[in-house]
Amino acid sequence: MSTITLRRSEADSAPLPTGRHEAFRTASGGLIDRRRPLEFRFDGTRLSGFEGDTLASALLANGVRLVGRSFKYHRPRGILSAGSEEPNAIVELRSGARREPNTRATVAELYEGLEARSQNRWPSLRYDALAVNALAAPIFAAGFYYKTFMWPAAFWERLYEPLIRRAAGLGRAAEAPDPDTYDRAHAFCDVLVIGGGPAGLSAALAAGRSGARVILVDEDHRLGGRLLAERRAVGSRSGVDWAAATIAELESMPEVRILSRTTLFGVYDHGAYGAVERVSDHLAVPPAHAPRQRLWRITARRAVLAAGAIERPHIFGGNDRPGVMLAGAVRTYLNRYGVLPGRRVAIFTSGDDGWRTLADVAAAGGQVVAVIDSRPSVSPALRREAEAAGARVVSGGYVAGTKGSLALKAIVVVDADGSSETIACDCLAMANGWNPIVHLDSHLSRRPAWDAAIHAFVPGTLPSGMVAAGAAGGRLTLAECLETGAQVGGEAATACGFAAAPRDTLGTDPESIAHTPLWRVAKPKGKAFVDFQNDVAAADVELAHREGFRAVEHLKRYTTLGMATDQGKTSNLAGLSLMAELTGQAIPSVGTTVFRPPFTPVAIGAFAGHHRGKDFRAIRQVPSHAWCEEQGAVFVETGLWLRPAYFPKAGEADWLESVNREVDTVRSRVGICDVTTLGKIDIQGRDALALIERVCANPFGTLPVGKARYAVLLREDGFVLDDGTVARMGERHFVMTASTANAAKVMQHLEFCHQWLWPDLDVQMVSVSEQWAQYAVAGPRARDTLRGVIDPGFDIGNEAFPFLACAEVTVGGGIPARLFRISFSGELAYELAVPAAYGDAAWRAIMQAGSPHGITAYGSEALSVMRIEKGHAAGAEINGQATARDLGLGGMLAKKKDYVGRLMKERPALTDPDRPILVGFRPVDRAQRLRAGAHFLALGAGPSLAADEGFMTSVAHSPSLGHWIGLGLLRRGPERHGERVRAYDPVRDADIEVEICSPVFVDPKEEKLRV
Amino acid sequence: MHYSVFSVLGQALRGQRGWKPQWRDAAPRTEYDVVIVGGGGHGLATAYYLAKEHGLTNIAVLERSHIGSGNVGRNTTIVRSNYGLPGNIPFYEQSMKLWEGLEQDINYNAMVSQRGVLNLYHSDAQRDAYARRGNAMRMAGIDAELLDREGVRAMVPFIDFENARFPVKGGLLQRRGGTVRHDAVAWGYARAADQRGVDIVQNCAVTGIRRENGRVTGVETSRGLIRARKVALSVAGSTSLLAAMVDMRLPIESHVLQAFVSEGVKPLIDCVMTFGAGHFYVSQSDKGGLVFGGDIDGYNSYAQRGNLATIEDVMEGGMALWPGLGRLRLLRHWGGVMDMSMDGSPIIDRTGIDGLYLNAGWCYGGFKATPAAGFCFAHLIARDAPHPDAAAYRLDRFATGHLIDEKGMGAQPNLH
Amino acid sequence: MRIRCPYCGERDNGEFSYLGDAAPRRPDGLEAQASAMHDYVYLRDNPAGEHRELWYHGAGCRSWLVVTRDTRTHTISDVSPARDVARSRRPGEAA
Repeated sequence: MSTITLRRSEADSAPLPTGRHEAFRTASGGLIDRRRPLEFRFDGTRLSGFEGDTLASALLANGVRLVGRSFKYHRPRGILSAGSEEPNAIVELRSGARREPNTRATVAELYEGLEARSQNRWPSLRYDALAVNALAAPIFAAGFYYKTFMWPAAFWERLYEPLIRRAAGLGRAAEAPDPDTYDRAHAFCDVLVIGGGPAGLSAALAAGRSGARVILVDEDHRLGGRLLAERRAVGSRSGVDWAAATIAELESMPEVRILSRTTLFGVYDHGAYGAVERVSDHLAVPPAHAPRQRLWRITARRAVLAAGAIERPHIFGGNDRPGVMLAGAVRTYLNRYGVLPGRRVAIFTSGDDGWRTLADVAAAGGQVVAVIDSRPSVSPALRREAEAAGARVVSGGYVAGTKGSLALKAIVVVDADGSSETIACDCLAMANGWNPIVHLDSHLSRRPAWDAAIHAFVPGTLPSGMVAAGAAGGRLTLAECLETGAQVGGEAATACGFAAAPRDTLGTDPESIAHTPLWRVAKPKGKAFVDFQNDVAAADVELAHREGFRAVEHLKRYTTLGMATDQGKTSNLAGLSLMAELTGQAIPSVGTTVFRPPFTPVAIGAFAGHHRGKDFRAIRQVPSHAWCEEQGAVFVETGLWLRPAYFPKAGEADWLESVNREVDTVRSRVGICDVTTLGKIDIQGRDALALIERVCANPFGTLPVGKARYAVLLREDGFVLDDGTVARMGERHFVMTASTANAAKVMQHLEFCHQWLWPDLDVQMVSVSEQWAQYAVAGPRARDTLRGVIDPGFDIGNEAFPFLACAEVTVGGGIPARLFRISFSGELAYELAVPAAYGDAAWRAIMQAGSPHGITAYGSEALSVMRIEKGHAAGAEINGQATARDLGLGGMLAKKKDYVGRLMKERPALTDPDRPILVGFRPVDRAQRLRAGAHFLALGAGPSLAADEGFMTSVAHSPSLGHWIGLGLLRRGPERHGERVRAYDPVRDADIEVEICSPVFVDPKEEKLRV
Repeated sequence: MHYSVFSVLGQALRGQRGWKPQWRDAAPRTEYDVVIVGGGGHGLATAYYLAKEHGLTNIAVLERSHIGSGNVGRNTTIVRSNYGLPGNIPFYEQSMKLWEGLEQDINYNAMVSQRGVLNLYHSDAQRDAYARRGNAMRMAGIDAELLDREGVRAMVPFIDFENARFPVKGGLLQRRGGTVRHDAVAWGYARAADQRGVDIVQNCAVTGIRRENGRVTGVETSRGLIRARKVALSVAGSTSLLAAMVDMRLPIESHVLQAFVSEGVKPLIDCVMTFGAGHFYVSQSDKGGLVFGGDIDGYNSYAQRGNLATIEDVMEGGMALWPGLGRLRLLRHWGGVMDMSMDGSPIIDRTGIDGLYLNAGWCYGGFKATPAAGFCFAHLIARDAPHPDAAAYRLDRFATGHLIDEKGMGAQPNLH
Repeated sequence: MRIRCPYCGERDNGEFSYLGDAAPRRPDGLEAQASAMHDYVYLRDNPAGEHRELWYHGAGCRSWLVVTRDTRTHTISDVSPARDVARSRRPGEAA
């Protein structure tokens, strides 16, 4: 096994004989467009089909019956169904970056040049080396892997598991980024109709005629459902013609939208539905500017579930052999696609429904060799029909086994007396009743109910607003589909307030659905599969029972029954019926597993829509962005913002050199930094100050008009939420800033405090973060620079406008602006806010005004260096785990007012003197680099959690000091200035000695910012 | 019955007819020394370690449905011990060590696969936070590596390095982290506990907790009164409902977390990878399906299903990180109900009621904790004293302030 | 899920953010006790059934809302502006 590689081999890609023709295509008939032939390739072989074909119908038309290999035993598999329930015929479609593994051939529309390959086989589909697994089948029973591969322990990851992983999985996913695009759309309607068969069309018609907004979705490219697959009459027309006329009428209604090629995959709460429209999957590549698929989120007041039913296979030996098909699928290929699935067809049925196949095969020119009806008696009329067609009838018997290597050659039939015989045939149509599609109505945690009349689960209590119609509701005859569809469609519209419209009275040709299911045959010959794709056989269900896995979920998980890409659409009930028999219970007592979305698998790309690559999330640009780009700034992602990080100049070797220059320039001359990303909240009203007092932990009662103050906000649990400034612009007018990261959070918090905690406060507030561009202008020449921008008449001299002053000013000849004398850098500094629309102009004006003073633009890196030099806490310190005291802010907290976080901050662990507290660090060897994230250890202490004394939060290279500096949280830090500790950083192979110092590295007396 | 390659081969020759139920579907007796409420991974592991480590065998595990029907069978199967705070580090590392020896210990192949857990970072601040965490791990003797961009590229070359909105700058790697076949954990512990005499009682819902003089005396169930000296709650998702039976309010909210699996494909990714700029984490199961998830839906819920907005958010994260996923199809999505605690960390403690023990508040981290939670909870139940590795998981830490808040999100469960 | 905002109409839940139980009442004032504050901050009923809870219409009108929702079925029976609910409380009474 270990020598087997799953790479494509040379032999595999060699061209195979061409020129085959569609030997199994009927001379006429079907809904394919015979004027539009198409060419396609399967495993490299050139084949042909027609527009309107699926890949499966075209393969059958060409006589290709072997389509894939099974998951575990690599058994040959063909085409079981003609719909989305297909477990066997799954292929890799397309190639390269568009390769789509596990694509159901039964729903893949044929297009010119289609390329498909079989899966899970090597070297080729016909000669698959891993078919030897079948010989080991006695070992590979359900759950065998839980009992072995345990010794020696290290071999699991090294040997066993890699082998299992390589053998598992079916197709190969594309290895390159998906080249196609996906769209997402929202739609709202009164009545959503799920399914475009006879019931759905009737429902849509009834609702549409009443004037309701209707959306009709169907997974097929052509609406009509089983009407397209059966030879039926509706009123005076054929079913196909009635469907066409109904669609035409629906299309003429302005409030009706038909979404074909659209699978309603999920039902969500409050009338929300998810659907995926395959916009371009029927084409080789999507047309220019068209998406591959579109994800619809549909909000509907009412929904009609008309998704139909899925036919059940029989469980007998070799029931997985290519050529064994569902009878309904046989009729679909005959009637819709003009394809004979076999020339000599046997029918294995447990109800009258399967007998329909007899006449259809004959009409298409095939021969029915036998009808095996498991019921003890067959009506004389049916028997006569069989005799007329030259078919044998075996009543009370069953098919026990099949013969043929890669395709069906014969069946072994056991008659009522128990004697067996072999009947040659190349197709076996099985009809064992129908299971209504109860998946969608189960998505909201509803359980289906058992309907003894049709021996199947039907919808139980439906979600609010949803009704079932037709086969999905257990009403299996065509007449019932038309009747219930029209009824519930009309009622749904009426419930939405629309007047009922007149209904057509439609007759249909008679049909009988009398049926006695045969859950499994008495004595199968060979492996009898329950779940085809996952290779779960009846014996595996017996083993699960024997080992105590009797709950349905245990059965499923232990055997993997129902866990393949088809999610058990053809196997769930079969598994339940076997477990019911083994435990002596009725099927409904065994229960069902939970149906989960999506109904059929949905491309991950469709859910993501346009949110990929650079468009994953919106980009917020600062007002100076254009200028920064012109200057070649390097940007950094900060949440959704793109902030200039630094501005490299020609000749600068690296980022550090640029940042050092920016810092030096600010500290010696002047710099400008875009700080628009800060949150800005405008707070006004009689009680504005009262609200601020309650949300801020430091006192504001003494803040005069025209002054700003640093603000620290706690969470109610006593830890620091954020910090910022509060500026009093007027008696009842304040502007609060919040950090970039917490801007939205602080706004939400303030609204909470106001609306929920203290609703009686007379205050209004609004976020003005987007409305104001705000620039820090910092450095000894900041005032000189701003004088060139601010309109004459505003005195910004040190006396008139001292540190922490704020005022409304105008710039550029009357443009309103706000000026704050606040400093993050420790320099003489201002923040100037102008309306965002003037942001770019104001920036350029400041640059111009500052030019004679040697102004530089500085980015977030220099900003960070300077705040670390000044020991200001920022995001790395305000990390949600720190108290105000931890950050050295304990002294400023108010004592005489109630505020958010006041009580909880006093808990013992939060006031423990042994907590790590913010201090500064410098390397003992000044040449060494510091790194944030290093932990502190006492000198001589070995690394252990017990020895951990805190960690470095922020570091910077300080051009002012000429070496690296750091801030960190250290146990009893402020008591330990001058002491040395280890900064231990093993993930970066660093371990250096650092000296504890004040966190304020530059201008500790704060002289520069007051000049 | 011992499981081995020999028993498997032997049964193959006998048509698999000799296998026995992996655990007895026991009927409840009227009295036990210890009743464990909740037949999930934690409850079954607790029973196993009570029997194995403490010699207690007169034990019942009561499960209202079938064993393993809750979160042990709904998670994304990831195991790791890459925590950053001292309250968590020793506990999760003990769990990892128990995982490493689990299969031989319980004679059940739970497919413990140490394929590596890689947490990506996209900014300097994230890098430093991971360095802080990785260093703490290393100080506790746990493996951790900080990879740069090229180190990440070598592991997962297929993710978007060229056109990402939030470029990948590196990652924190724990090679010993990985995945475990979740159902097999429940079944393996059940079988091992059963072999030591523990009664596993399914379809037995607890409807009341009996107390006399401030002491627990038993539980009322859908299958009658069961007396017990000690009652241990291990019912993640439903903890508050059980606590309400004894008028106890907890620092816990129930939230739904969704999980996702794609169609099975041939091997694509060999490690567990988490996106640092969105809500997305992914690994590939041995069957071939990509197993992935994201953030919790964010509101209190006892419904095991989620909403479409969260699903889209998770897929967006997936496509942003790994644009080759586009054509791979989502096979199934589901939800599990989490005990989201107020600091994001669990509770393993006594309660104010004698004989009533609590194992709760696992948020979305309960699966990886299964062995250690069972081990430490068993220790607490048997000895009435916390196991040192779980000593920080006290119920009174919210009053004292000894919180274990890895994310620093505060008392808001849906942010953890 | 869809929530009918009293100001904006029915909107997808993606427009809202969730805080939690609306029952706990903040013990205001300097005389408030730490134990009461602990209960307010940390303890929750967390019922399986009807739950009155706080949502914030952040992508809409910025209103805080009290939504009455069944946590088992997500059925929403009432949505009210939080301010109105808060104002209608008597002192000391839970919401």
